[in-house]
Amino acid sequence: MGHVPNPRPAGDFRTSYISDNALFKTRFEGKAALGVVLALIIVAPFLSNYVLSQLIIISIYSIAALGLNILVGVTGQISLGHGAFFGFGAFASAWIVSSFGIPALLAIPLAGVLTTAVGMIFGVPAARIKGLYLAIATLASQFILEDFFARADWFSGGVYGALAARPTFFGFIFDTDLSYFYLTFFWLVVSIVGITNLLRSRDGRALVAVRDHYLSAEIMGVNLTKYRILSFGISSFFAGLAGALFAHYLEFVSVEGFTILLSIQFLAMIIIGGLGSVYGTILGVIFVLLLPQAMEGATTFAANLFPAIEPGKAYIKEMSVGAAIILFLIFEPEGLIHRWRVIRASWKLFPFAR
Amino acid sequence: MNGELLFQLLLNGVIVGMLYGVVAMCFVLIYKSTQVVNFAQGEFLVLGGWICLSLVVQMGLPFFLAFLFTLVFMAIFGIVVQQIILRPLIGEPIISVIMVTIGLSIFMQSLMNWIFGNDAKRFPDIFGSLSVISIGGLNVETAYVMSFVLSLVIMVVFYVFFRFTRHGLAMRATAFDQQIAQSLGISVKQTFAMAWAISALVSGVAGVVMGMVSAVSNSLAFIGIKVFPAVIVGGLDSIVGAVVGGLIIGLLENFAEFVDGEYLHIGNLYTIAPFYVLIIILMIKPYGLFGTKDIERI
Repeated sequence: MGHVPNPRPAGDFRTSYISDNALFKTRFEGKAALGVVLALIIVAPFLSNYVLSQLIIISIYSIAALGLNILVGVTGQISLGHGAFFGFGAFASAWIVSSFGIPALLAIPLAGVLTTAVGMIFGVPAARIKGLYLAIATLASQFILEDFFARADWFSGGVYGALAARPTFFGFIFDTDLSYFYLTFFWLVVSIVGITNLLRSRDGRALVAVRDHYLSAEIMGVNLTKYRILSFGISSFFAGLAGALFAHYLEFVSVEGFTILLSIQFLAMIIIGGLGSVYGTILGVIFVLLLPQAMEGATTFAANLFPAIEPGKAYIKEMSVGAAIILFLIFEPEGLIHRWRVIRASWKLFPFAR
Repeated sequence: MNGELLFQLLLNGVIVGMLYGVVAMCFVLIYKSTQVVNFAQGEFLVLGGWICLSLVVQMGLPFFLAFLFTLVFMAIFGIVVQQIILRPLIGEPIISVIMVTIGLSIFMQSLMNWIFGNDAKRFPDIFGSLSVISIGGLNVETAYVMSFVLSLVIMVVFYVFFRFTRHGLAMRATAFDQQIAQSLGISVKQTFAMAWAISALVSGVAGVVMGMVSAVSNSLAFIGIKVFPAVIVGGLDSIVGAVVGGLIIGLLENFAEFVDGEYLHIGNLYTIAPFYVLIIILMIKPYGLFGTKDIERI
């Protein structure tokens, strides 16, 4: 519907399949990505604990949001249950560690695999339905999973929640924010590389075909059922992985953390960042996570001028999330990444661009 | 087997189910005529309840005046929401439309938390000494009876409106095909605005009724979520289906409560049962009982 996933400026042609399929579209992009990764690794020891904790949370949410973007942005399915899958990963990892004695470092990806299985079960209705019906089905899966967390004492510890110790590696404990940042950052880089690789493969193109026109895709030989359930599986894998990392970071998992609001937050991240874009997702995550803090500053400042809004500060923060979703959808439906592309294009085409 | 309890719960189910049916009707009305899924329907309902309550309690208006004012306010509110938020999104993919109403629901919820507070507040007693009446040997609260009657009235008015009035006909035509409707001289914009106005207004009425049956609180917005199982069971684009679906879900909830309390002792089954039904219905009959199966062509 008029949505071009990767618009390229005029004159930017690809002359071979290899260049069309490259992991980084330009040589600069590759160098920049490598540079950012190296810079973060080198700078991390000098950052304060507050900044590090923010970076950890951003990395964790980015992994989960990337998974959701595969489902929503790339395959065109809708999921209102991503927060519950995130929670399932968190509980699953704690459960694997406490019940089977598997080291947490291994339990984290294992939790991702378990969540994949659950996600594919809930993805089965997706094989037949789409759009609004799917949104409602995933909404139901959110409530069913939430109910399961509260009820299944053997799995989640019920209302008391579950403990999840920090991972260890041959005697080394990831107990500082710095070491844990390296762990989450490692998984974030793995996820980004994995997802960009997926998107340029045959399977990735099949997912895009399902999004763009599912009937045409089926006629072209794409197995609809397989790819719809597969995309649910992939997205829940990343949700579970991120959830497990989240659990071992907080060292405690409780039922209240994984409500429908979390699912909505994930959707807000990918919509604000840009549907179907890997780097846009990360921008969106940063935006949504920093927005409440920015609002905190703004309301504190405003409360000095108008003391009347002092009691409403918490509500203003919540409202800002809703308002951000509405405003982005009305004024910038392609997300932050589109704004970035416009800026980049106007530099590139300097005297001719608006 | 506790027969009296079962009967009481089923009666409760019918009454709550009628209210679900009314809200589901509002939801279907918007979906059918404007292809928008309104995730903020529950917040509309709460807003109606709060407006009427604060007019009665704080302004000291007589109830019927406050009720009328609430109707007017909700209708205008619906039109404003449609004009400002939904109109720019006409033609956008369904995910955007869903998300914008979710954003609206978050926004409204926190705004109402701020303005009206977190606590549940009761309406002052309107029925006086008549607060409990006896029907067939069972004591029923008048508020329940009124809720039942009002729901029935709303349904009949809906039927008459769509069946016999010009505007109703225009709305049905728009729901059938927007382009054809427009070419026949129906103002689609006006019809959209009207659909939102009616839907917000009737949700507001449901909010007031809910407030009188129990109390007004922000948690009433959960009805907006309960509506989804109801409309899926009934079929998304069928107004009759919405009523039937609402009744089924209301009865099912209370029946689950009964089975849970008497035999299973799982606890809290009634809140989750409708969602299991929803998943099952989606797997075996995705278009619900009365929904039209859409056939797509390339």
